[in-house]
Amino acid sequence: MRNALHRLGQYTLLMSKTWTTPTKWSMFLRQLLREIYKLGADSLWIVIIISLFIGTVIAIQISLNISSDLIPKFTIGYTTREIILLEFSSSIMCLILAGKVGSNIASEIGTMRVTEQIDAMEIMGVNSANFLILPKITGLMLFIPVLVVFSMFLGILGGIGASYADINGMTPASFIYGLQFYFNAYYITYSIIKSVVYAFIISSIASYFGYHVHGGALEVGKASTNSVVMSSVMILLADVILTHIMLT
Amino acid sequence: MVEVKNICKSFEGRPVLNNINARFQTGKTNLIIGQSGSGKTVLLKSIIGLLRPESGQVLYDGTDILSLRKRELDMLRRKTGMLFQGAALFDSMTVLENVMFPLQMISTDSYSQKKKRAEFCLDRVNLTDAEHLYPSEISGGMMKRAGIARAIALNPQYLLCDEPNSGLDPKTSLLIDDLISDITKEYNMTTIINTHDMNSVLNIGETIIFIREGILEWQGSSKEIMTSGNQALNDFVFASDAFRQIRELRTSH
Repeated sequence: MRNALHRLGQYTLLMSKTWTTPTKWSMFLRQLLREIYKLGADSLWIVIIISLFIGTVIAIQISLNISSDLIPKFTIGYTTREIILLEFSSSIMCLILAGKVGSNIASEIGTMRVTEQIDAMEIMGVNSANFLILPKITGLMLFIPVLVVFSMFLGILGGIGASYADINGMTPASFIYGLQFYFNAYYITYSIIKSVVYAFIISSIASYFGYHVHGGALEVGKASTNSVVMSSVMILLADVILTHIMLT
Repeated sequence: MVEVKNICKSFEGRPVLNNINARFQTGKTNLIIGQSGSGKTVLLKSIIGLLRPESGQVLYDGTDILSLRKRELDMLRRKTGMLFQGAALFDSMTVLENVMFPLQMISTDSYSQKKKRAEFCLDRVNLTDAEHLYPSEISGGMMKRAGIARAIALNPQYLLCDEPNSGLDPKTSLLIDDLISDITKEYNMTTIINTHDMNSVLNIGETIIFIREGILEWQGSSKEIMTSGNQALNDFVFASDAFRQIRELRTSH
């Protein structure tokens, strides 16, 4: 308990050091673009592949599990859409990104710590947390909605693709009708808001673990793993809280 | 001039520095020597403010850095350059970008002026050919030289070096020693070098302090080290036959 409070205190102090006005805006914007490219755009391929395949699998599995003639076939499209919009493209995709992006951030900052690059910045009178962490947090928070919308589109596209396989009477027309049935645009807003919160969780927790590494390569590896575990737990916790606040 | 007064520092109840008093003079290469684990890196980090001693004062030309606020400390640090043991160059930047980094973050000069200054610093350490290479593409000696170029980019008053020769071959070590010594004289800086390289002690050590188990055991110059009667110092400095012979040769003349 004492250790948890100590870590929470360290995390809060780090965030207060991070969320300050950048010393040089030109340098901040350059770093921001670099982080958007490295953390966001570089994750595009994994988002494309996973969304397309999971969308296809969701549609196939629902169609296989709905065998009753009393349930209309458009339910497959409707259910696929709800799963993708409400949970998959935001929460599950961010859990996957916590592994990829989170470990990347923690190991990069951790390596900078153990090789004294962060000390070098501090000695120059540069706020290292602000220079290194702020562009990562803001970059991911800005770009993750793009990834989420992309994931929604591709997941549904995967589902439409599956509907052409004619599994258990599922047709493209009924699937597309199901996609449009009782469509609530607020679910997209809800998903985007969730993803922005998750982006903050992933980038700030990974930065915290990386920034407080002591030792060598082994500790950097541990910090990377710990950051992924902690981010995943916090994402799930935030999912419950946000769903309760925004949907009930 | 940098002065430390009654510095004490411990980790988890274990004392690492015990009442250290020393003066590091301007325009001279001041060396901190001692065995591994003697506390010299802790002393250097306390001098620069990366570690906070439990008691004592660290005075930069009369200003105690331990009493400064964060902003004031940052301002003072901008007058300080530091060369780290592993050079601590930023991996994601080229050599030129590394040297330009402190200028980009702190200086208000135009981009072309900053670039010109960075190129001048690289030229000073004979590294102009490597300015577009990344740290992973250059040798250890070149990294140290790039580290020196970055440390002097802001024209500092104080230069701190943490084991500048570690991991380098003897010839490159001499080159780095000479470079630091020349730069110290050229810019009239207060240079503090933390080392256990005996070549550096004999070549560039103008004032030397010897730390043993966190206690200041001896202080003097490289000439005085030859005639010192301090047993612990002699055991450390003249551990090898070669250095014992050098002492005999120098003291016999």
